[in-house]
Amino acid sequence: MIEIKNLYKSYNGNPVLNNMNLTINRNEILVILGRSGVGKSVLLKHIIGIEQPDSGSVFINNVNITTLKAPKIYEVVQNMGMLFQNAALFDSMNIEQNTGFYLSHNKDPLTKKFLTKEEKKERVVSALKMVDLENDLKKMPSDLSGGMKKRAALARMIAYRPDILLYDEPTTGLDPITSQHINELIVKIQNELRGTSIIVTHDIHSAWFIADRLALHRDGRIAFIDTPNNFIEIDDPEIAYLKKSLTCYPRGRTEGEKNV
Amino acid sequence: MLALVKNSFINSFAGIGEYISLIKDVFLITFKKLPKWSLLRDQLFNIGVMSLGVVAITGMSTGIVLAAQAIYQLSSKGLSSITGVMVAKAMITELGPVLTAFMVTGRVGAAMCAEIGTMKVTEQIDAIKSMAVNPYQYLIAPRFIAGIVMIPLLTTFSIFMGIIGGYFISAYYFHLSQTAYFSLMPLHISSFDILSGLIKAICFSILLVTISCYKGLKTKGGAEGVGRATTNSVVITYVSILITDFFLTLGLNSLYMKMKFDWLL
Repeated sequence: MIEIKNLYKSYNGNPVLNNMNLTINRNEILVILGRSGVGKSVLLKHIIGIEQPDSGSVFINNVNITTLKAPKIYEVVQNMGMLFQNAALFDSMNIEQNTGFYLSHNKDPLTKKFLTKEEKKERVVSALKMVDLENDLKKMPSDLSGGMKKRAALARMIAYRPDILLYDEPTTGLDPITSQHINELIVKIQNELRGTSIIVTHDIHSAWFIADRLALHRDGRIAFIDTPNNFIEIDDPEIAYLKKSLTCYPRGRTEGEKNV
Repeated sequence: MLALVKNSFINSFAGIGEYISLIKDVFLITFKKLPKWSLLRDQLFNIGVMSLGVVAITGMSTGIVLAAQAIYQLSSKGLSSITGVMVAKAMITELGPVLTAFMVTGRVGAAMCAEIGTMKVTEQIDAIKSMAVNPYQYLIAPRFIAGIVMIPLLTTFSIFMGIIGGYFISAYYFHLSQTAYFSLMPLHISSFDILSGLIKAICFSILLVTISCYKGLKTKGGAEGVGRATTNSVVITYVSILITDFFLTLGLNSLYMKMKFDWLL
């Protein structure tokens, strides 16, 4: 379970996380919606311990990671994985090396021992198979399209089977077909790993497809959080707009709009 | 205006504090657990082997120019026989360590800063952290060890090339005998000179690697930020090397004089 208590973070005096409180249960997919620049990615980086808050706490399975320093913090985040907005693949490594990075430097979280070369290769190929990149092992990140990079980064994350999976705008900048493929993969991974997934996005269609619960991040706090069906009925102008774009998105402009 | 000056002072001091903290962390991490051999081998090759050419050219050309100048200035006074000692002493105590550090800063330090800076702005360093790998252990420790091992070796090579270069120009252009060039060296080059050159090379290697990595890790603002960080890292490293060289020269010589005097008593 993940608990965020009174988390506060500001940059140059502007609060991005303003005493945020949030609880995420085991085995659930929480999708956090919010407009660009509200601090959704910053929240994920606090959950995985990359960023340090000005005040407040983040509890991962009852361990407060905000008080931990290296190397203690790495013991906690060993069971977590994050998909970055721009994939963040290592430029100097091919896809196979990228996917096997965690397993080359850490013990396997399942067996608690370092994997042999063959076991590692098997795990890497199986992760890449899940994202349909098993034939691109030796390709460099610069040889891949945006969608392939996202899928390779996804494979890198699932190769070590973390308990907590964080996705930073997984479908941003992708075409609708690739986006839907990524959405299906996220659900498939969740069903397979039985972990906890937190996805931040401003893509309401993805959110609607994936989420067990939806949350709206606004003004540095979680303004609303509920199951998708209840969330969409909340009386709020921003959610009303999301609902409109989800349910009755106009196919083309109306006669009136054409004259604008 | 006053607030701006005050802020820049505070930022400078904060930066120095962060840099000292980085050096401490890197020392602790490096000696607690050595980095993987494959990472270390790549850095040894990159810093050491790939810098041989540029260090050889710098060392040799410096030795040649030093010898030529010494002969032009001293031959009229009948002192051309001290050319070899002058070249060797200057190369061992000052020019070898400083010029090697400068060349390696330009070739390797700038690349280190640009590589780490690019990784920072493209979230690759965050990705390393997210996979429970300490970036200091993975990125800095191999460069740190490779720098401390290879830069003194490169300095030794540069000194050797300088002395040989000086010999070639003295012997084949100014017709100074081999004996005249080399014979005074054992008398006037002490083990202290060699030790002080090596100490300087080690200190410069620590400065070079840590400043380049620190500036890389602090990079902000995309491609422009990487360029700015790289330029800053090179300039700061050059200035730090020169200032450190001054204090090391004073400190080491004072220490040597004191030890020699105590020993005579």
